[in-house]
Amino acid sequence: MNTVVDLSNDFAVGSTQGGKYVVERSTRAGIATMVFFAVSLGFSVSMPFWADASYLRWLSELACYFVMAQMWNLLGGYGGLVSIGQQAYIGIGGYALIVLANMAGINPFFAVLLCGVVAALIAMPISQVVFRLPGGAFAIGTWAVAEILRLLVANTTELGGGSGASLVALKGFDRSAREAITFWISISASYGSVLLVYFLLRSRFGLALTAIRDSEVASQSQGIDVKRTKFLVYAISAFGFGVAGALYFLGALRISPDAAFGVSWSPLIIFMVIIGGVGTIEGPLFGAVLFFVLSKIFEDYGTWYLTALGLLAIVVTIWFPKGVWGYIANRFDLHLFPVQRRLRLRDNS
Amino acid sequence: MGEILSLERVSKSYGALKVTDGISFTLGDGEMLGILGPNGAGKTTLFNLISGDVRADEGRVMFRGKEIGALPPHHRCRLGIGRSYQIPHPFAGMTVFENLLVGATFGESMAEQDAEPICIEILDKTGLKKKANQLAGSLTLLDRKRLELARALATRPQLLLLDEIAGGLTEQEAKELVRLIQEIKAQGVSMIWIEHVVHALLAVADRLLVVNFGSKLAEGEPESVMNNPEVKRVYMGIEV
Repeated sequence: MNTVVDLSNDFAVGSTQGGKYVVERSTRAGIATMVFFAVSLGFSVSMPFWADASYLRWLSELACYFVMAQMWNLLGGYGGLVSIGQQAYIGIGGYALIVLANMAGINPFFAVLLCGVVAALIAMPISQVVFRLPGGAFAIGTWAVAEILRLLVANTTELGGGSGASLVALKGFDRSAREAITFWISISASYGSVLLVYFLLRSRFGLALTAIRDSEVASQSQGIDVKRTKFLVYAISAFGFGVAGALYFLGALRISPDAAFGVSWSPLIIFMVIIGGVGTIEGPLFGAVLFFVLSKIFEDYGTWYLTALGLLAIVVTIWFPKGVWGYIANRFDLHLFPVQRRLRLRDNS
Repeated sequence: MGEILSLERVSKSYGALKVTDGISFTLGDGEMLGILGPNGAGKTTLFNLISGDVRADEGRVMFRGKEIGALPPHHRCRLGIGRSYQIPHPFAGMTVFENLLVGATFGESMAEQDAEPICIEILDKTGLKKKANQLAGSLTLLDRKRLELARALATRPQLLLLDEIAGGLTEQEAKELVRLIQEIKAQGVSMIWIEHVVHALLAVADRLLVVNFGSKLAEGEPESVMNNPEVKRVYMGIEV
């Protein structure tokens, strides 16, 4: 009995000596998610025509967090590469935007994607250094790299030095058009990052990545090239952070080394992923929304707000080690982004 | 009978502790070698040296006449060396079926669709078919051990390294396991089996190797090895 709805291109019928079988990849919740995805995308795209500009700015910021949380999760949650230095690529993305738009004269909106490419290219040699560091040393090493980049940029007068630079390339654009385009690109990037991770995880590459998440030792003895997989994940994550960084400063219009490469990015992003649930697609999204709502409501309380966030993180990791979403998913067997392969056997007998 | 594997004076130390001390042995094509030895004798380290989880300090590991001592584990797996772990390392967040799919797709670099029927066949053989969609992390220890064997088979090895997969089985289950191993052997797969359940091992082993303190204590026909007074003293604690 096959009671689960299949998408026609989503399952393969094969046969063995024992009879026919089907490998299912979709669930009802998954189809519902895709429908919601399409509807919400349409809704978001129309927003600049009717919504207040402040909402657009807020959602653009949230979209950046979506990308960052999703990319950190890909790196740390799946690849096992716990980095506290991804701000290196936020900064590279942001400054690449300044260089490409202000200096090279490339359309700033188009340059956003290139900023991701720049970040990925720079990540490749950096990975060869930080990958040599085991476990905790890797985390510290990535932070050190971000700090080095911060100091390098702060001492480069062409980039504005310690006081930073403004995105003057955007001067010619009408304000509302600028905000609308920034919003559209941000929305595309956030939907894009979720779809990227979703399709990555459903592919053969995702099989390797999920295996590495669960056991590195067993993965390599099963024929997976763990080093190469991690290298690719690191580069993809840098790409995502580069795009997110460029987007963030496209919205902010101003960049400084401390804002771009500051270590304060890492705890925020890791907070989102941990609170939501490491190693799932839904978790980081859930965490990013939670963080965003909390920060908008309580940011006026300054230090107390940060203390409360810290306490919340401690409480969640103790009582919900798999994050709030991880708890919900286990409790209700709910998977909005089905990446599992379910085997249904139809015996001939 | 050709040679599939040979270790030549292989040594490995952790600090001052020499866990493998100049061990040499060979394995014929299609042969089943049983390894015995007290706890801490260095049996699992031998497997780690062959599978590449650990690299030898000295000596050579040859697979089908080629030196493999410097190759990483995934490369050795693709050459045809499959292994199970004494302490199971399941992919806990993946289903049993997906666990097999990993080895089947990456052990011999093939598309998922081609790997699926192979996995189903192995699920059937190892008695895991009913649990195909269960998360591996929710399996009992016994099923985790079954999964270790099934996953190693999924990489379609020419040399299979089995590390204590019979411990804790009932008499009936042990018999089934022995039957399965005989079936795998009949397909021409060479095997090395580390096992404390001696009667299960004796039912299939062509030859025995006894290890103690990282070096070879005895090697040869099962019967003569089991009757070796030194083996009786060290392994079974019988004073002769």
